[in-house]
Amino acid sequence: MLEHYLSLLVKAIFVENMALAFFLGMCTFIAVSKKMKTAIGLGIAVTFVQAITVPANNLILNYLLKEGALEWAGLGSVDLTFLGLLSYIGMIAAIVQILEMFLDKYVPSLYNALGVFLPLITVNCAILGGSLFMVERDYTFGESVVYGIGSGAGWAIAIAVLAGIREKLKYSDVPPGLRGTGITFITVGLMSLAFMSFSGIQL
Amino acid sequence: MASETKKILFGPVLQTNPIAFQVLGICSALAVTSNLKTTVAMCIALTLVTGLSSFFISSLRNHIPSSIRIIVQMTIIASLVIVVDQFLRAYAYAISKQMSVFVGLIITNCIVMGRAEAYAMKNPPVQSLLDGVGNGLGYSAILLSLGVVRELFGSGKLFGIEIFKLVNDGGWYVPNGMMLLPPSAFFLIGLLIWAIRTAKPEQVERNEYQLAPQSKALAAH
Repeated sequence: MLEHYLSLLVKAIFVENMALAFFLGMCTFIAVSKKMKTAIGLGIAVTFVQAITVPANNLILNYLLKEGALEWAGLGSVDLTFLGLLSYIGMIAAIVQILEMFLDKYVPSLYNALGVFLPLITVNCAILGGSLFMVERDYTFGESVVYGIGSGAGWAIAIAVLAGIREKLKYSDVPPGLRGTGITFITVGLMSLAFMSFSGIQL
Repeated sequence: MASETKKILFGPVLQTNPIAFQVLGICSALAVTSNLKTTVAMCIALTLVTGLSSFFISSLRNHIPSSIRIIVQMTIIASLVIVVDQFLRAYAYAISKQMSVFVGLIITNCIVMGRAEAYAMKNPPVQSLLDGVGNGLGYSAILLSLGVVRELFGSGKLFGIEIFKLVNDGGWYVPNGMMLLPPSAFFLIGLLIWAIRTAKPEQVERNEYQLAPQSKALAAH
């Protein structure tokens, strides 16, 4: 059982890296990777939110939306899966908001470190993407916890590496048209090529 | 008025292209372009959603309290995406399966949110509709060109119809498998941005650091 979870974790971090294999969260990935420090802050925030929202959406799916999930309320035959998208994004927005208030009150140091990035996360496609992959692949609750942590961590690693490269890259002489965004895309392409060497790894 | 409409509608295609100039909505641009069928489906879906969401948000703009506007916008966008998703599942199931989560991810596509926040909240409905459709078209223009290059060189086909005869079938074209893999999408967008910025030098970003000249002789030069 443990083996299964470990394999899922490695797969989520390296083989099916959110940013490099599925292109999720690209807008922020490109925009907020200029400095190592901010990149790591955002990476931690994403991992954190991902680890909470994927299992939370798993519960919503299994106890509210799925066909027969409303058995406990006497509505056995109701199938509400078409409301999925709306519920997931609502859940994510709510959790991000609650998390922001909670951190502000009880962990101000972390709140100050993540502050700017938390609201940004609601519209980060990696978060919604994580929940949608969870639905598509029919993960159990345990699996969705592992998948949430793994996919978030994978995204965090990718943005930290990119920020490291970009910090060095800013001293180099790039052709005018490629400066900034252009060269970043080429860099991400090369990174994605490197991450492809992980494909096929099984634990 | 006519020229104004034209500017709202076609400005985003050439001048302020959402992907190439503002770098928004990249995720789906990269993910669905490995063949043209999904690309076209995505373009139509996104243009519709951007246009309609801008229209509805703009019609409601005077009634939305600004403190909860993000949630309201999200709800409108998500509802529209659900309609698109259900429609695709009903009438184009194969394509919907191939696009998997990326239909749902239109909700978090920065273009949709960006237009809602930047334009639709301040302008009347009809103009917002045009602006949304225009940005959708700008997005589609980039996506289609990526899709054509990737499918043509990756598998020698367009819309699944053979254009180049492959070596395997006794033809001459050796397919470039990398075009179908994720990295090529990044390279292509990078090169596309390079091409656009070479043609329009005013979009070039400034260097953060200026290199010092190599030698005194060069500096004097």
